Amino acid sequence: MNALAAYSTSTGEAVQFWILGTIAVLGALGTVFMKRAVHSALCLAGTMIVLAVFYLANGAYFLGIVQIVVYTGAIMMLFLFVVMLVGVTAADSLKETIRGQRWLALLCGLGFGALLVGGIGNATLTEFEGLAAANSGGNIQGLAALLFGKYVFAFEITGALLITAAVGAMVLTHRERTERAKTQRELAEERIRKGEYIPPLPAPGVYARHNAVDIAGLLPDGTPSELTVSATLRERGQIRDVSTEAIADLRALEQRSAERLERKPLDRQPRPGGSTELTRAEEAQQ
Amino acid sequence: MNPVNYLYLAALLFTIGATGVLVRRNAIVVFMCIELMLNACNLSLIAFSRMHGNLDGQIIAFFTMVVAAAEVVVGLAIIVSLFRTRHSASVDDARLMKL
Amino acid sequence: MIALLIAAPLLGAAVLLCGGRRLDKAGHWIGTALAFVSFGLGAVLFAGLLGRGAEDRTLVQHLYSWVPVEGFQADVAFRLDQLSITFVLLITGVGSLIHVYSIGYMEHDERRRRFFGYLNLFLAAMLILVLADNYLLLYLGWEGVGLASYLLIGFWQHKPSAATAAKKAFLVNRVGDMGLSIAVMLMFTTFGTFAFTPVLDSVGAATSGAAAPVGEGTLTAIALMLLLAACGKSAQVPLQSWLGDAMEGPTPVSALIHAATMVTAGVYLIVRSGAIFDAAPDAQLVVTVVGAVTLIFGAIVGCAKDDIKKALAGSTMSQIGYMVLAAGLGPIGYAVAIMHLVTHGFFKAGLFLGAGSVMHGMNDEVDMRKYGGLRKYMPVTFVTFGLGYLAIIGFPGLSGFFSKDLIIEAAFAKGGVQGWILGTVTLVGAGITAYYMTRVMLMTFFGEERWRNLPAASPDAPDVEPAAGHGGVPHPHESPKVMTVPMIVLAFGSVFAGAFFGIGERFVHWLEPVTSFEHGHPPVSALTVTAATVTVMAIGVGLAWLHYGRRPVPVVAPRGSLLTRAARRDLYQDDFNHVVLVRGGEHLTRSLVYVDHTLVDGVVNGTAAGVGGLSSRMRRLQNGFARSYAVSMFGGTAVLVAATLLMRAV
Repeated sequence: MNALAAYSTSTGEAVQFWILGTIAVLGALGTVFMKRAVHSALCLAGTMIVLAVFYLANGAYFLGIVQIVVYTGAIMMLFLFVVMLVGVTAADSLKETIRGQRWLALLCGLGFGALLVGGIGNATLTEFEGLAAANSGGNIQGLAALLFGKYVFAFEITGALLITAAVGAMVLTHRERTERAKTQRELAEERIRKGEYIPPLPAPGVYARHNAVDIAGLLPDGTPSELTVSATLRERGQIRDVSTEAIADLRALEQRSAERLERKPLDRQPRPGGSTELTRAEEAQQ
Repeated sequence: MNPVNYLYLAALLFTIGATGVLVRRNAIVVFMCIELMLNACNLSLIAFSRMHGNLDGQIIAFFTMVVAAAEVVVGLAIIVSLFRTRHSASVDDARLMKL
Repeated sequence: MIALLIAAPLLGAAVLLCGGRRLDKAGHWIGTALAFVSFGLGAVLFAGLLGRGAEDRTLVQHLYSWVPVEGFQADVAFRLDQLSITFVLLITGVGSLIHVYSIGYMEHDERRRRFFGYLNLFLAAMLILVLADNYLLLYLGWEGVGLASYLLIGFWQHKPSAATAAKKAFLVNRVGDMGLSIAVMLMFTTFGTFAFTPVLDSVGAATSGAAAPVGEGTLTAIALMLLLAACGKSAQVPLQSWLGDAMEGPTPVSALIHAATMVTAGVYLIVRSGAIFDAAPDAQLVVTVVGAVTLIFGAIVGCAKDDIKKALAGSTMSQIGYMVLAAGLGPIGYAVAIMHLVTHGFFKAGLFLGAGSVMHGMNDEVDMRKYGGLRKYMPVTFVTFGLGYLAIIGFPGLSGFFSKDLIIEAAFAKGGVQGWILGTVTLVGAGITAYYMTRVMLMTFFGEERWRNLPAASPDAPDVEPAAGHGGVPHPHESPKVMTVPMIVLAFGSVFAGAFFGIGERFVHWLEPVTSFEHGHPPVSALTVTAATVTVMAIGVGLAWLHYGRRPVPVVAPRGSLLTRAARRDLYQDDFNHVVLVRGGEHLTRSLVYVDHTLVDGVVNGTAAGVGGLSSRMRRLQNGFARSYAVSMFGGTAVLVAATLLMRAV
């Protein structure tokens, strides 16, 4: 970006720092506090892009680009892939389960932050060398000279580390198939032999007002049938239950009509999932 | 403006990341918080590089990125296999450290 | 030669105790013969010593190195000098006679062989004790005689009283033995050796002032520990309680061990260690006090006992009190103490053998109130017992007269108030001695024949002594020759030994090179002291005659005065021991147990509970949540950063 940043800080950089710094902190806070992993990942990506700008502002042109391309581009996409695998819509409950964990974490965080700030404040810095001299032959050339000169062994070892990591990831995620895959015929025979559920599974959304894979079809009595939803979604607990929505809608309609007809509104709150028959029976008792 | 401000920012980001690691239960989010901490470190390294006027800080930040990439690959693989076996990405569900 | 002296009875003990029943028939002859062999060897050695010059009479035989450790040298070496040969002759001489006597006395006992084995064992141990050239070997003999004493007191172990008495003697002796072992250890740490010569010489050097290597405090401690040992072995106050009960053993044992020899080992120890006591005047004073107290104590007990052996035991205690008192007087008294020891060995052994003879003829009855008028039936016993009696009360011309008179003179010669007190005590003791011995004499051999009119064989008599075989009214009879001959020999000793030793101070001069001797200078003339002694003695005899000669002696003991009742119970020594030691020990144990339970266990259990409680608290921290551990790590990091900053700031 601006060559001035290499040896002194300009007002422009200051303005840029305060604006982008705020955005970075907000992004970091969003990473921590967003309920859904996807939102967290997006916030983090934002923070990383801001950091990339800061790298550029600090004269690390190569690293700034790498930050955008590799970090924000590749690594964050990897994160998003995994998030998708695990379940995009799965929202974390932010309710703490370990007693005192949140307070301890906050205490430790505040204490640690205060200490870091104190430590940095101790180290006074009145004047500093810019990177003008170091970057005189070009930032990338300078880095390359160091990387293939002074740090060549570390660089080689890093290569080994990357290969190991790639192999490790494959080993961890790869599942060896230990038995032959069953044919359609065998599966059908097995199903008949068990006698549990002989016909094909019902499709999702059947008998339902919504038509989506994660919404269970309703049985004639109005209860959702889990068989209609794919096993993966069932395991993740991502079935959306719409069986109460119809009743809620009905109740809202009744209320609206009651208001319009100036009848006495029902004082009871609608009970989610409760059957209307039962509610009427209770009213009759009263 | 004094470039020390970059260090303050790095410290702040690092602390936020660390607190996130402690507070969040979703392994992926925990992982993202770790990445945040690493990035905060990188920012401070680059700021140091500028203050000292040589490129060694940038080199170390570069290595940090490489290691972070490797770490992300392995870590995400672990999360995936964990999810496969436990059907959950919560770090609290993996409590094998206590019988 | 010296070793052979010990080897003979040791061989006898080994053969008799290991030989089994095959030796039942000949066992007593073997034991007696070996005792005589020992005596013969002693006599030969004595003759050899007589042939040497007065200063050249110390022979040391180094047998072998016992504990050859660098810095800890103990040899089996024997030392024969005037003092030890005196003891050797007394032990083997009296011992041989008592062996002979026992042949008759133990004739009907099934376990006679074993008895002779024990007697030989005792002789060997006692000879080791008196012949040892160092304190460690002396300690070996000391324990050996304790063992033999224990075995012999409890010889009739089927009687619970005998078994108890044996245990009591052993335990009380243990206290004294502890004193001796402490003394020996102190000696080793102070002088680095156990042998008599270097120890006593360096003490002598210390007293003469030339380069004092040891402080008087250490010497006093050693001396007091030696005194404790002597108290245990010689039945001196406060460890006197076992001797009376020790009379449960067979009478020859009482005569040999608990009258003539073993109980005098304490006196031997004090005289042998004379140099140490000379260097510790405080300890010496304690010795005289112990002697004086025991002297009166034993005499009072002797006055009240109706059991003939227990009366004699009280007398023994009292006489040893004389010796200890004399030994506590220092060079004035050592030789005198030994002289009284030897004469006492003769007459007290004779008295005990006489008592045994009486019991032998009276169905093992020991109660003097059931005797009376026995002189007609047992003339030999009567005469020998009578001579012993005259000797012990100090009848002029007999052995007790010379030795006791010398002790009384020496006590007065101590000088000052102490001299007067000690002299008076010994004088009074002589009177009481005369009183109780006359009482024994009158009740046993004079008066009406009370045994005839006993309440017709008390119903429990058959139960008590089913083995007696006689039953009913006893038929007093004289003992066989094998028993009377030793009594006659001892009676000769009691009559003439004193004169032989005393006239011209022969005995004192014989011992002088070993014990050193100096003439005391009593504040009154020796003749006055003698006259006073004889007078007091006569008063004692007269009183006794008034009490027991003129009036008939009731068969059942009268209630008696407070003092009599106290004396019958041994002046409450057992009660004292029970209350102070047993109860005290119990209380101490209980409180220690309490302390152990509450304090020690409390500390241990409390620590355990504390750690346990802390752990169960800490365990909650180990909840298995990785995030919890991460908090700890993060907190730790924060603390580390804080510490680093703090260090930088400081």
